[in-house]
Amino acid sequence: MSPELGRFALALACVFALAQAILPVLGARRRDRRLMALAPGLALGQLIALVASFLCLVNAAVTNDFSVANILENSSVTKPLLYKITGVWGNHEGSILLWALILGICGAAVAAFGRNLPSALRARVIGVLGGVAAGFELFCLTTSDPFDRVWPAPLDGQGMNPLLQDPGLAFHPPILYTGYVGFAVPFAFAIAALMEGRVDAAWGRWVRPWAVAAWCFLTCGIALGSWWSYYVLGWGGYWFWDPVENASLIPWLSGTALMHSAIVVEKREALKIWTVLLAIGTFSFSLSGTFLVRSGILNSVHAFAQDPARGIFILALLGLVIGGSLALFAWRAPSLTSGGLFAPVSREGSLVLNNILLCSICAVVLTGTMYPPFMSLLFGKTISVGKPFFDAATIPLAIPLFTFMGFGPMLPWKRAQLWPVLRRLWVAALATLAAFAVTVIGLSGVLPILCATMAVWIIGSSLTDIAGRLALFRVSFSQSIQRAKSLPRSAFGAALAHIGVGVSVLGLAVMSQAQHKIVEVHVGQKEELAGYEWTLTDVRTVPGPNYMAMVATIEIHHNGHLVTVMHPSKRSFNAQNQTTTEVSIHTNGLADLYGVIGDKHGPDSNPTYVLRLHYNPLAPWMWFGALIMAMGGALSLSDRRMRVGAPRRAPAPDVVAAE
Amino acid sequence: MKRKTRRLWLVIACVAGLGTAAGLTLSAFSSNIQLFMAPSQVVDHPPAADRTIRLGGMVVAGSVKRERQGETPINLFQVTDGQAAVTVRFEGILPDLFREGQSVVAVGSLEPDKTFVASEVLAKHDETYMPKEVAEALQKSGKWNPKFGPPPDAASWNAMTGKDTAAGKN
Repeated sequence: MSPELGRFALALACVFALAQAILPVLGARRRDRRLMALAPGLALGQLIALVASFLCLVNAAVTNDFSVANILENSSVTKPLLYKITGVWGNHEGSILLWALILGICGAAVAAFGRNLPSALRARVIGVLGGVAAGFELFCLTTSDPFDRVWPAPLDGQGMNPLLQDPGLAFHPPILYTGYVGFAVPFAFAIAALMEGRVDAAWGRWVRPWAVAAWCFLTCGIALGSWWSYYVLGWGGYWFWDPVENASLIPWLSGTALMHSAIVVEKREALKIWTVLLAIGTFSFSLSGTFLVRSGILNSVHAFAQDPARGIFILALLGLVIGGSLALFAWRAPSLTSGGLFAPVSREGSLVLNNILLCSICAVVLTGTMYPPFMSLLFGKTISVGKPFFDAATIPLAIPLFTFMGFGPMLPWKRAQLWPVLRRLWVAALATLAAFAVTVIGLSGVLPILCATMAVWIIGSSLTDIAGRLALFRVSFSQSIQRAKSLPRSAFGAALAHIGVGVSVLGLAVMSQAQHKIVEVHVGQKEELAGYEWTLTDVRTVPGPNYMAMVATIEIHHNGHLVTVMHPSKRSFNAQNQTTTEVSIHTNGLADLYGVIGDKHGPDSNPTYVLRLHYNPLAPWMWFGALIMAMGGALSLSDRRMRVGAPRRAPAPDVVAAE
Repeated sequence: MKRKTRRLWLVIACVAGLGTAAGLTLSAFSSNIQLFMAPSQVVDHPPAADRTIRLGGMVVAGSVKRERQGETPINLFQVTDGQAAVTVRFEGILPDLFREGQSVVAVGSLEPDKTFVASEVLAKHDETYMPKEVAEALQKSGKWNPKFGPPPDAASWNAMTGKDTAAGKN
């Protein structure tokens, strides 16, 4: 019975969402308080229905209900319980339901935390979220129903792609989706502001925490995805510039720009129209990213849910959401008054520069991602662009961005002088020069050297900024502690996030010097790579719960000392007739030793094994930096001033008739 | 500074940023685009040796051979689109989903001796999937149309390309 209940709950959620899209917005227009007051209740009702529906699907997966087509295709009795649960969102239908669930959570969160919002604005925001949710729930119900039954029900399912049976990937989609969907809230705020015809400092302050929260999740999601590709796919790299990956990077770039331009709206009431456009753009990129990829328009090595039949629904939905919001923008944006002016050299000026550079990089990545499918669609030419293109086109734009990141946060608002700020950064500048000298000797290639140097500059200047604000070494230590207590947490958060960028960039730059070696050896043979001695000492066959594994033992010595013993393996899954490679990674924080075992060759009496050995310097820093960035964002969110709904709008008419 | 001057600064900064982005994109496009080619195209119009291309097709059944140069393992296999076959040479570990008779994309360049040296070999995660590029190349060659069912199996590919494979070896 439960799958039918699940489908019913989903349909109920869709009805709630439709009501949520229509009634509060109508109420805001007619200034009918009773209709506007319906918004939180409808959002909560939609969430409850979605949770019920989602639990029904989880229940079907856990109880091995193979009469449900979705469970049959993606699960089997022998699958471990964790992957039965996480497998729910490992396929197209389930991931759409998860997407809708997260959108429902966002709507309920706005209802719960937005009590201090003007009631008309809140009604409109919740209404817009309801409209988007209704579209996706309808999509789920009509074209990708996760509750479809099959008859007769088989005894066992077809099993899940073993590549996806990994804890990293199990939790990757919910985090990434929270990032994508989270940008629906700034989008809804932007649409509501366009309906009202009003954007002011308070609006900037309301939007910012949502943008920061979504950004934190997206950052973690991208890092987790890249880490998964590093340690599961076993190809030694971490970023493929694959359309699926770019689809997450594009909204991250524009979302980062949004987060920064919202500060200017809040502090100086400038860049309003631009910020509204960024909010619309970021969510549009999130939507088109996930759904264009899933409809199979952008073919990729990664996409596992391909069905062109759904594409038409998705394209219509995307056209409605993106086209509609851009049309509204074109119609209403001219009525938004432009705010304060500022000098080019000022905090606002540096934030504008940040936006220009981030959006330029975003445009480059977008062009590189969309150009091949368009060429094949329009001219029938099949081409592809990869790492060389993206490296050559984005890094030269990123280097000035890193340069300005250093001193931008130290410039005062309105009008600033460059020289006094630069003078305060002499320590960071010295550290940067030293880093330059070291990298010229240690690294090869112009771009890695420049990137590593700028990474040190970012870290150094962020630390200098915080030290300057605390007046460290200028006043007594206890006074500095006092200053630290009164300094807003968002200042620490921003500095921490910038340090995180520096750490990541340093990791990326040094990782470009990775070394690897592919060898075919007998058991007992020694190999030399990056000053380490790698010895294959043993290979044995070990049975797993639903696979057989060939497990190698590699001992790694450095200067005669045993560093580690690693066990890379190769698993053969019977259910899918598929093999997967299990990488073994040893890290000491500064470098990863990375071993992969390939095929066995030769006679059974004296076989040889193919090994791929990698030495990846500073590899962990790439993901560690992303974690620091997200922690910086979270720290900012804990700031009293960022608390959702805390600020009040200056006395003004509560409802401004827009229509 | 006057309002106009300030606005001018903003416009200049935007134009400079986007202009640089456009310039970089174009220059990177001109040198870094990888053209997809089917084996028959590679045989008819061999690309320059310094040009990186993506070669896609089906792995000819029974064509996978291994060699060792010192300790370096080398894989040799033939890729076909039903019209012609090209020998691919690849150092390293073939992907888990690499199978004879299934589709593959090799990234690399054509050597003067007509072997294709691949720096990367891609096989799809999902083994039932055929890269769009490969499917189109096969359709163009007229050997298989996905409208009329799944691609012929590995054994028949071998027979279909037997003559061409021999020609390709000359």
